[in-house]
Amino acid sequence: MEIKGTELFVKALRSEGVDKVFCYPGGMAIDLFDSLYDAKDIDMILPRHEQGLAHAADGYARTTGKVGVCLVTSGPGATNLVTGIATANYDCVPMVCFTGQVPRDLIGNDAFQEIDIVGITRNICKYAVTVRDRKDLATVIKKAFYVARTGKPGPVVVDLPMDIQRAMGPDDYPEEIAIRGYKPPTSVHVGQLKKAMTTLKNAKRPVILAGGGVKIAGAGEDLTRFAKAMNIPVMTTILGKGCVPTNDPLYIGNIGMYGNYASNTAVSECDVLLAIGVRFSDRITGTIETFAPKAKIIHIDIDTAAISRNIVVNIPIVADAKKALDEMNQHTARCKTEEWLKEIDKWKAENTISMKDYKGMTPEKIIGEINKAFPHADVVTDVGQNQLWTTQYLEMDGKRKLLTSGGLGTMGYGLPAAIGSSIGNPGKPVICIAGDGGAQMNIQELATAVVYKTPVIFCILNNTYLGNVRQMQDMFYKGRYSATYLGRGEKQSYIPDFVKLAESYDALGIRVTDESEIAAAFKKAKANKKGPTVIEFCIDSKYDVYPMVPGGKALTDMLLK
Amino acid sequence: MEETKKRWISIYVENEIGVLARVSGLFSGKSYNIDSLSVGVTEDPTVSRMTIAVISDNKTFEQIKKQLNRSVEVIKVLDFTDIPIHMKELMFVKVNSCTEKDKAEAFRVAQVYGVTIEDYNKNTILFQCVQSEEKNKKFLKLLSDIFGYRLEVVRGGTVAIEAVSYSDR
Repeated sequence: MEIKGTELFVKALRSEGVDKVFCYPGGMAIDLFDSLYDAKDIDMILPRHEQGLAHAADGYARTTGKVGVCLVTSGPGATNLVTGIATANYDCVPMVCFTGQVPRDLIGNDAFQEIDIVGITRNICKYAVTVRDRKDLATVIKKAFYVARTGKPGPVVVDLPMDIQRAMGPDDYPEEIAIRGYKPPTSVHVGQLKKAMTTLKNAKRPVILAGGGVKIAGAGEDLTRFAKAMNIPVMTTILGKGCVPTNDPLYIGNIGMYGNYASNTAVSECDVLLAIGVRFSDRITGTIETFAPKAKIIHIDIDTAAISRNIVVNIPIVADAKKALDEMNQHTARCKTEEWLKEIDKWKAENTISMKDYKGMTPEKIIGEINKAFPHADVVTDVGQNQLWTTQYLEMDGKRKLLTSGGLGTMGYGLPAAIGSSIGNPGKPVICIAGDGGAQMNIQELATAVVYKTPVIFCILNNTYLGNVRQMQDMFYKGRYSATYLGRGEKQSYIPDFVKLAESYDALGIRVTDESEIAAAFKKAKANKKGPTVIEFCIDSKYDVYPMVPGGKALTDMLLK
Repeated sequence: MEETKKRWISIYVENEIGVLARVSGLFSGKSYNIDSLSVGVTEDPTVSRMTIAVISDNKTFEQIKKQLNRSVEVIKVLDFTDIPIHMKELMFVKVNSCTEKDKAEAFRVAQVYGVTIEDYNKNTILFQCVQSEEKNKKFLKLLSDIFGYRLEVVRGGTVAIEAVSYSDR
């Protein structure tokens, strides 16, 4: 039977198990929207800006494990997705982004709202393609979902010219697809694993470094079991935080530029480093020559290109983290690490991360209250000091999810991603922690949160500055606050008034100016299950994030205060 | 370890719009330098084959191969750096403002160096050279020694294929 392209599109979404589409209409996508209008089993989520839309799909995908689906029109609709696509690409989030396009005979004519979105996104996504023939439509969509969710997941862009959407053609949608140029690894090299296990068993000072790949593979519990059986301490990257419960005695903390003293010291002293699902970015390694100088490095990653790119690896293992850990868990033996663990505990005790020296309502106290009041809620951060404080002080039980733009560092990520995760997990509390800068980058999505009744608790740590840059200006630029102050001046109140702003969106707005009010504010927010709550925490602008490793320095050169 | 030299790869790619941009974009986006690139369709009309020369150290070259391999559009990557292959580059050289004496010299040169004279008129000669890139380079040096600044040169990218019995780079 012949059907319209847009009808095949809807059929394809159904076959892929899609029940939510994050979408924003426009001239070159209107037929697709018209076909979706009849699909009562597919919810259309309409955010207020395409960037917010992309981050919402990202938050949805990260918390549900499903593919986040975006649908936008051509031109500006498509370009507004770009930051969201790059964010998802960096953090390996499966998404399929459909963009409307002008009809094929107008491509290249500078037609109204024509843009070469495939050209623009080619280097920031896993795969980008324009459908050029109606008969290819089904296989291209199948391919898009397959590529997005397999191997190292990532975003895929599918550009749909208007005439293809309207054209009649076959109604088949394939159940399987084979792509000759794309073969994600499915097995583990047993010889390499054996080598790794022997090396680990002979180690005196081993550590495990777990990254986002462990979480994506759903291997947190396997890793915890492995670490316990082997008695090897674990440290994480920001994206890996939470794969081992933070209260586990074997857990040391985050490493890297904003890692803690014990982790950065341990990685510099270890003799074997087992790294799983990390890409050894500059934020993790500090200067490369000084990274883990005494260690033999075992690196498990699903992406061959991540291995021996930044750090030369002794035992490379290309595999999915879960598959590798499954195998390794069958051959565990307790290592003699008691002395080493004692040493690490000593480092932990010597320098615990704390804001005790600061007076007033510190982020440590705010996040401490979140730990108490919402031990299982998912937490989404924005980017900047708010993100770093959260990754320092948030306690994670192994079930709580932490969403953060770890790779690209996208301000404005927090609120829409929190809304997306709330939409994907109805009934589960979601807390977003942002600064006053990033909060204003996608603040329009408050409307989305209200309309879809998502009970997101949006915490704005308002220090009136772009705090992370302000901190660096204090440390390295003699306090010259070049374009980092967001206020209006001493005697004038901050704009916007976040409480009034929340109220204008028909959301609950609370302002907290003293630490004694924190618990009550969260209690109110908890009771407000019908929609979002905005809590503005007016904090001191001088709070800094410590410890910190200055750019271009070794992890052992960290500034503790 | 960090030896920087010229290396060759041959890749099979999907014969689709945008694949060349994808491959060249990967090089520019990651600051890899393409020395030469040629592309053409293969015996299978859905597949194109590219011959790419890069100047890089070992580590970068390994990354280039891995990055190409993980591209959905790239079907297969062959490293031609150290295996027996045949490779040729097409080069056209025009010599302008030739006297009769120049032309006679040109025909002699062509005979000795195994290149052909594809076309000529009263005062212009056109050489066609299908040789290795290195030989073409040397030949060009010779021509400029003889004819000075009267040359007009166009060179295509090298194409290469695995040898079946002996190798001729």
